[in-house]
Amino acid sequence: MTTGVRITQGTFSYLPELTDDEIRAQIQYGIDNGWAVAIEFTDDPHPRNVYWDMWGMPMFDIEDAAAGLLEVNRCRKAYPNRYIRVSLYNATLTKQTVALQFIVNRPPHEPGFRLLRQETTDRIVRYTLEPYAARDPHGERYDGSD
Amino acid sequence: MAGKSGDGERPRWLAGVIPYKEMGYWRPDYEPDDTDIIAAFRLTPQPGVDPEEAAAAIAGESSTATWTVVWTDRLTAYENYQAKAYEVVPVPNSDPPQYIASIAYKLDLFEEGSIANLTSSIIGNVFGFKALKALRLEDMRISTHYLKTFDGPPHGIINEREMVNKYGRPLLGATTKPKLGLTPRNYGRVVYEALRGGLDFVKDDENINSQPFNRWRERFLYCMEAVNRAQEETGEIKGHYLNVTAGNMEDMYERAEFAKELGSVIIMIDLTIGFTAMTSMSKWARKNSMLLHLHRAGHATYTRQKNHGVNFRVISKWCRMLGVDHIHAGTVVGKLEGDPGAIKGYYDTLRDDFVEKDPAHGIYFDQDWVHLPGVMPVASGGIHAGQMHQLLHYLGEDVVLQFGGGTIGHPMGISAGATANRVAVEAMIQARNEGRDYLKEGPDVLKKAAKKCKELNAALDTWGDISFEFESTDVPDVVETPTTSG
Repeated sequence: MTTGVRITQGTFSYLPELTDDEIRAQIQYGIDNGWAVAIEFTDDPHPRNVYWDMWGMPMFDIEDAAAGLLEVNRCRKAYPNRYIRVSLYNATLTKQTVALQFIVNRPPHEPGFRLLRQETTDRIVRYTLEPYAARDPHGERYDGSD
Repeated sequence: MAGKSGDGERPRWLAGVIPYKEMGYWRPDYEPDDTDIIAAFRLTPQPGVDPEEAAAAIAGESSTATWTVVWTDRLTAYENYQAKAYEVVPVPNSDPPQYIASIAYKLDLFEEGSIANLTSSIIGNVFGFKALKALRLEDMRISTHYLKTFDGPPHGIINEREMVNKYGRPLLGATTKPKLGLTPRNYGRVVYEALRGGLDFVKDDENINSQPFNRWRERFLYCMEAVNRAQEETGEIKGHYLNVTAGNMEDMYERAEFAKELGSVIIMIDLTIGFTAMTSMSKWARKNSMLLHLHRAGHATYTRQKNHGVNFRVISKWCRMLGVDHIHAGTVVGKLEGDPGAIKGYYDTLRDDFVEKDPAHGIYFDQDWVHLPGVMPVASGGIHAGQMHQLLHYLGEDVVLQFGGGTIGHPMGISAGATANRVAVEAMIQARNEGRDYLKEGPDVLKKAAKKCKELNAALDTWGDISFEFESTDVPDVVETPTTSG
């Protein structure tokens, strides 16, 4: 029945889903580098949706990746049908940016995107990308279960 | 310095010819100011020419001097404007003898924000000088005072990653092949397949501009259809470097404006357009929020030979100053020239905020970039998924790895080739982050990933251990024996 797509934003989207142990290892890599751990979720996976909802504030001072994984799983429990990503943030001077980002939760079915083509003059097409899910209001997308 | 020549026999200002050393261009006592620009030249004097006199001649001819005494020097504060050769060091084991000359230039000598002006002095006349057999500009220390007169990259590595929303791994690209001959519609097919399979970028080749079989406007239209289709299928931001290189600025601006109108995130130029045209396109890219990719077409004509020309680390420096977001900078393991130490030097020069003097990497001076954004180096030419561990080891993660043949030549098709590369890079990043010795265990990491990915499996079967092992023509002097590029 599924004709959806797999959204491949984030590093590791081309690998099999990471296990909890593998997620913990990546978070630990970030902690060992002095990076903060941020968890975000969304029901609007448009590639230019920069600001996903924050699952609390970034964890700046944790030493054990288990604490990060615990929050990942709490977020999964609260929003099982949304996209959830982990970002490791490097606040170092000249960086001040995300150092690694990967998806750790997806809706069971990903309907993907509709590509709208507005035909104009001189064969120029104006393209618009719209997540199918975004046609429903927030909270009612992806089977509306949360 | 003022009244007499060095031996005191000849008045300094008497009409006629005197050695450059005696005109004030050889100053072994000179200590460069923080504001000075310093150049390191590798010089090979003609037999019988005193190396200090040769260095003084370079200083003279790249600043105020001409071949004979001119009284009009005395209308100026000439000691300020004269470049000063202050050190000449023999290169060990060189035959014929080579020397590294350090020459300091006052800030006044150069126009702000103009690589054209800087190069007209530093490499303007001196390379054809008869008293020298050969001359090479090895490195430059750009004082921060001069550096700050340049805009630098329109976006830089950090902003680029945030723009395309991709972090923590090398970006992946490919150059459309065959280089020449594809019609725009077929060309767009290659772009589409490579992007939907997992690459982040596809690229025009340097010599695809607007030939009879592939006019630029048609190509741009089909490529943007390909980019948008791939975005639809992956939910990722994708790009194709639309090459706007043309015979004049007016045409380049027209092509860039059209790329913008179509919604491209990136355009491309070739080094062959020249420093001033590159700077103009950099300003355009900054104004229009467009990433700017530079292909270094033609560079090896003057960067490759060890005794003559301009080292690529200097070209890297000039390009970071005038401002590009991407530049091709070597692969170490691919088909094109590149000693690992030298390439490390280029990559550091492009990416780091402070680059320390390091003879093993060919870096002659400390260079403080005072937070000028970094340029994303691009590795392209004969690389494939089976080398992913080596590529990550030598080049790091802030790099675009371009697999042209290694994508398009995949036995299962272009999209499969792209997937193989993407799976390989993600598996290697995962292994590295987990603390594994990925350089040593790389082949195993790839084999394990290939068990769950038939595309990667086929890539490894096809190219396996293909490598290009030739002796480098140019290695930093402290490396005793030449290395192979393997």
